[in-house]
Amino acid sequence: MLKIKDLHASVDDKEILRGINLEIKAGEVHAIMGPNGSGKSTLASVIAGNERFEVTQGSIELSGEDLEEVSPEERAHKGVFLSFQYPVEIPGVSVTNFMKTAINESRKARGLEDMPAKDMLKLIREKSELLEIDRKFLSRSLNEGFSGGEKKRNEIFQMAMLEPKVAILDETDSGLDIDALRIVASGVNKLKSKDNAVILITHYQRLLEYIVPDFVHVLHNGKIVKSGGKELALELEEKGYDWLKQETAV
Amino acid sequence: MAYTEEELKKELETKEYEYGFYTDIESDTFPVGLSEEIVIAISKKKEEPEWMTLWRLEAFRIWESMEEPTWANVHYEKPDFQKISYYSAPKSADPNKTLDDVDPDLLEMYRKLGISVDEQKKLQNVAVDIVVDSVSVATTFKKTLAEKGIIFMPISEAIKEHPELVKKYIGSVVPQKDNFYAALNSAVFTDGSFCYIPKGVRCPMELSTYFRINQAGTGQFERTLLIADEDSYVSYLEGCTAPSRDENQLHAAVVELIALDGAEIKYSTVQNWFPGNSEGKGGVYNFVTKRAICEKNAKVSWTQVETGSAVTWKYPSCILKGDNSIGEFYSIAVTNNYQQADTGTKMVHLGKNTKSTIISKGISAGKSQNSYRGLVQVNSRADGARNFSQCDSLLMGNECGAHTFPYIEAKNKTAMIEHEATTSKIGEDQIFYCNQRGIPTEKAIALIVNGFSKEVLNKLPMEFAVEAQKLLEISLEGSVG
Repeated sequence: MLKIKDLHASVDDKEILRGINLEIKAGEVHAIMGPNGSGKSTLASVIAGNERFEVTQGSIELSGEDLEEVSPEERAHKGVFLSFQYPVEIPGVSVTNFMKTAINESRKARGLEDMPAKDMLKLIREKSELLEIDRKFLSRSLNEGFSGGEKKRNEIFQMAMLEPKVAILDETDSGLDIDALRIVASGVNKLKSKDNAVILITHYQRLLEYIVPDFVHVLHNGKIVKSGGKELALELEEKGYDWLKQETAV
Repeated sequence: MAYTEEELKKELETKEYEYGFYTDIESDTFPVGLSEEIVIAISKKKEEPEWMTLWRLEAFRIWESMEEPTWANVHYEKPDFQKISYYSAPKSADPNKTLDDVDPDLLEMYRKLGISVDEQKKLQNVAVDIVVDSVSVATTFKKTLAEKGIIFMPISEAIKEHPELVKKYIGSVVPQKDNFYAALNSAVFTDGSFCYIPKGVRCPMELSTYFRINQAGTGQFERTLLIADEDSYVSYLEGCTAPSRDENQLHAAVVELIALDGAEIKYSTVQNWFPGNSEGKGGVYNFVTKRAICEKNAKVSWTQVETGSAVTWKYPSCILKGDNSIGEFYSIAVTNNYQQADTGTKMVHLGKNTKSTIISKGISAGKSQNSYRGLVQVNSRADGARNFSQCDSLLMGNECGAHTFPYIEAKNKTAMIEHEATTSKIGEDQIFYCNQRGIPTEKAIALIVNGFSKEVLNKLPMEFAVEAQKLLEISLEGSVG
């Protein structure tokens, strides 16, 4: 579904990603771990098409289509979703209004009419229940005055609304208490299917207890230095990243 | 008025000033220039009584002795007042005709303007007065309104039919000598709307005036006089457009509102005069004086959405004369390309326990300059006066400017005055966030701007809010590169 080949990317002429190779098939969950500054969030941004980063080499393919010339919004229409590590605030725009706009823009790209208000309300009700979100929350301005946990839960709510093919969750677990983590994880698990894929970017093994990955990759200095099954995460938890750094420094 | 995305898209593609057409209607236009003779000729053309002619002449003499104000934060080539024609009227306009008799070209023009002067408007509960160039061409629903004793007619007719009311109130809020443009307007105003709501009457529909400058080389000087008698209520809407022209056109209006004891007036404006092209050529000079007087327990709310004009100089104000009176000012001012706006309000607290609220949202894009200028003045006898002001500026790009000039003069120590101000920029991260959710950049900006302006948009009557929202999107089209 998502094929990344020899991906190099830089920001302000500083190379951050130095040759990433990754293939993700439908129905799979991949975890990407690694120390701070290893390039995890950059990888997420580059997949989503953030123009702050320049792709200098390599390619990203979604369902066989090269994404190089595809704008961020078109990538979204094709099913790429990024749950942001730091979601931005948009004052005066309610969560509901924002979602309504996003959904209708995607529909428009597919040549469909706006979603009828009745269906929209039903969808909102369904998905907010899935994530145990209070309906009052949905009329608040997007992310304005939200707690860290509320922001993250709102990201997953948006994911549920948009039903992406490839969802990238960038540090969705940070800032969540254990109850919120459980709700978010169970939401993600319910949204998972054989037709979509999830990429979890995380520091800690904690999230992976709730959302079990099929593969774990360790990113260091802009490269994947080790890949394995879910047991790799446990190993990292135990030993830290230093042993890997030493191993790859050679 | 259902407005689909498709329509918006189409409009954005063509993105030229959409009201920039010129309707070829035979008109009766005065030669250019201003003199006592012209003032007398206007008065005569309007078949005015002598007192009105004298009042105009007095204003003209005052104007001659005055200088144009230069304190505003705007720069432009001063209009040559001797090169403007002060009277232009579509020839076939006769206020006594019914709509069926109206020139079909005029009706076509209304259709383009999105004004339906028919039954549809009645369903939407809006009575409309339309002023093209210098005269009022159609006033609808006079009869329905008359049943409640409401007078809604062109001011030129009111001068003849209700001289006692006009004589009593004209110039009572904005005297002839108030300022350069008010003096000019007093001398040469040609039409506008007049409205009187009797004691205790709640006006059953929105009253609305559409202003349009059609002829080249003419100025528009309309005068609106609105009197809400004791304990009455009225909501009034005003819309403005002009054709796209390379030359600058002058618009100098005066609006006077009188809210007697316990009355409430809501006055909303959507101003979309031609802003000039993207190189800053042409556009309307909008120099307007709007002021309200509030007697005891009266309330006046000004709501304005200003997206047009090359240069705007406008400060809708409230004189809070009566005890417990309330003044409100809600404003969205958008400037793009080379537009300049210096706009704000004056809240003058004279009575006890008077309250005022100012919410100003300035949005600047392109190479434009957007200034908020406001005065909150508390008189020594105005015990318990309160004011809350909030001025927010939103910048787009690196070449525009936002300025805030808040003046506060408090002469009473019980006064409570609060002022909040913010300046923000539409961030790349906000745009990317929207993009990532599938929202293209243009739409994202519209969403962010609408969110920013929401507190003010919410104050507009429903039908106008949709129009205003659409206008914001169109005005900012192409502002992010």
